[in-house]
Amino acid sequence: MTPPAEHVHWLFATGFLALGLCLLGEAVVGPEVWRRRAWRAYLWPGIAFALGVLMWPVMTFFTNSAIHMLAHGAWAQVLMFAGAAELGLVRGKLTSQWWRLGMPFAFVVSGTALLVHEQNTWYFQRSAFLHHLMGWTLVVGGVIPLARCVRPRSPAFGSAFALTFVVIAVLLYCDRDLAPVFGHLSPLAGVQHR
Amino acid sequence: MSAELISELKVPRRHAWRARAVSSLGPSTAFVALVWAIAQPYRITLLHPHGQSFWWLVVEPPLLVLLVGVVFHLLVVPGLLEDLEAADDASR
Repeated sequence: MTPPAEHVHWLFATGFLALGLCLLGEAVVGPEVWRRRAWRAYLWPGIAFALGVLMWPVMTFFTNSAIHMLAHGAWAQVLMFAGAAELGLVRGKLTSQWWRLGMPFAFVVSGTALLVHEQNTWYFQRSAFLHHLMGWTLVVGGVIPLARCVRPRSPAFGSAFALTFVVIAVLLYCDRDLAPVFGHLSPLAGVQHR
Repeated sequence: MSAELISELKVPRRHAWRARAVSSLGPSTAFVALVWAIAQPYRITLLHPHGQSFWWLVVEPPLLVLLVGVVFHLLVVPGLLEDLEAADDASR
């Protein structure tokens, strides 16, 4: 009953797309209007936190290797931490704006985990390529939430932050368990079955 | 023309593009899903459900994208537009 790995990637892509749309909405209307309704203020930090919680079953059931488990565990923790920090700020339980650094921290840890847990080269197969690309997107893109900490009301940084999640969603939707990338498929990867 | 009248003209225009932009997020997402479904119909297993397993029938990426766009448009956008209008009235 465990879903194929590619399906899990697509389900998380859907979560990241929802997160991206909410953040884009907030960037367009501004934080003041977005937070006029309490449920909406909690929406995107709640989605981020929920994605972190849902990463735990992935860690538990997809035990290809120790490094996979460690990477999924790291994503679970940093997503929950970043989501919880944003929830605390929205609720008013946390007052220091330094808590916003949770998100760039989550980006860098997630990106590093992606790069470290992918043992194959870029053109080994599509999933290897996407893991490298997502890893570098998150490591380099960590600058965007960092800039958002400094200028939280900037529509440009807010939109860039939202679009980072949309890009991650697109990359996750492109993932397949065994497929070529730009015509490259290592014979060691196996035979494409679908 | 007095300064008050100019500000009255400017505020709605400023919020109008925001309202248009936020209203277009859901339909744009749904449009992308539709284009994707036409470009890669084999990713919609409901079109050829025979012999497909549970997960292949439940997780269909173009339909998931469509769902996100529709849910965002129906649940988030209406309240957001009301609040944008309220903020608009308050700033006059």
